[in-house]
Amino acid sequence: MIPYRQIARDGLWTNNVVLSQMLALCPLMAVTNTATNGLGMGITTTVVLLVSTFVVSVFREFITYEVRIPVFVLLIATVVTLTDMILNAWMHELHKVLGLFIPLIVTNCAILGRAEAYASRNDPISSALDGLMMGLGFTFVLVVLGAMREILGSGTLFSHSENLLGPGFAFLDTEIIPDYKGFLLLVLPPGGFIMLGFLLAIKRMIDVKMQKTG
Amino acid sequence: MEKSEKILVNNMNQNTQTYRNRLSYHATVLGGMALLAGTVLVLGEISTLEIIAERLAEDMRASLQQVIPAQRFDNDILQDVVSVTNDAGEPVDVYIGTHSGRISALAFQVSSQGYAGDINIMIGLDASGNILGVRVISHSETPGLGDKIELDKSDWVLSFNGLSLDNTPQEQWGVKKDNGRFDQFTGATITPRTVVREIHEGLEFFNHHKNDILSQYNLENSP
Repeated sequence: MIPYRQIARDGLWTNNVVLSQMLALCPLMAVTNTATNGLGMGITTTVVLLVSTFVVSVFREFITYEVRIPVFVLLIATVVTLTDMILNAWMHELHKVLGLFIPLIVTNCAILGRAEAYASRNDPISSALDGLMMGLGFTFVLVVLGAMREILGSGTLFSHSENLLGPGFAFLDTEIIPDYKGFLLLVLPPGGFIMLGFLLAIKRMIDVKMQKTG
Repeated sequence: MEKSEKILVNNMNQNTQTYRNRLSYHATVLGGMALLAGTVLVLGEISTLEIIAERLAEDMRASLQQVIPAQRFDNDILQDVVSVTNDAGEPVDVYIGTHSGRISALAFQVSSQGYAGDINIMIGLDASGNILGVRVISHSETPGLGDKIELDKSDWVLSFNGLSLDNTPQEQWGVKKDNGRFDQFTGATITPRTVVREIHEGLEFFNHHKNDILSQYNLENSP
């Protein structure tokens, strides 16, 4: 019996990669200057997490404790490189937008973290589900943080979304504050840290409230 | 379960334990995984290599078409490329556009260190060295300040169109702060200064190496 609800709740909220585990802050700061970039990075990371946790879990019986870290790193790097090649060949427009971020995924400690903490101890199906949920939780934070920084920093939301999702999604590109001069601090990495601080505070507040009512 | 059977299971467990603890087992696992990863990557590389090259050629063609209007040439501009050494001793690929067999346009890339990293620029010229168009191909300048060099953000790069070394004297090739003719941006001077300098150097490169480019092109296209 796979605890679907538990895995989903952990990944999306209780044990969220960013909001609870405080991992993956480097790619987080680097890409969340717009919501579109955040979404792109989130989707790609989710795919890599899903595949790498599954692969690690499949091989978990053979891998010994002593060599597990190099083997996990090797598997994750292979998945990232394959993703890069596949995107470049068959989803080239998407690759042009995400190309910069794909090598950054290797530096995402959350992926190694999930391989070590979950996938190496559980069956492939629950591991893949865990990877998917952790990835979606990460995507959620990336998009929210990206949207906060984009609205306050440049007055737009989902700018250039057509590059990422195709021309059908151009309607997402909205100007929230017309004639906005921009607030550069929020577009630059320090703004990311400040906004992340607010986001963490909000999460704690909601948790406290839920504890009281629950 | 019989006693003998239990012993057998125990022995098997012990065997499993010992072989997993051997150094050779760790090495085999690591090596096997590396072999597997290598095989998968080679297969991936083989199956995507050609498609990626095709996509990159399309990208190149698209950026060439941005700096040279499509009606200016009727050849396959990606095929007519010559490599010329610039003054710094580095090879530069010059793409040559021809119209009815005569050279009508050229395009090449220049690159230089901007405020936060290299700024790569594609320059398109007509045969006498007038700028047809310039585009910033890639950069990592400050978002909101230095990124006005992109056509997406500002039409500043269009202010170079039509200029050449002949119609614009040396001293005007600078931003207004340095008594030149190009606008700088509020909060970003280094970025436009670099772009102006790069484009000026690009024009000088063409001026110095015009003959090299022509002779190489003729050499490659002589029957």
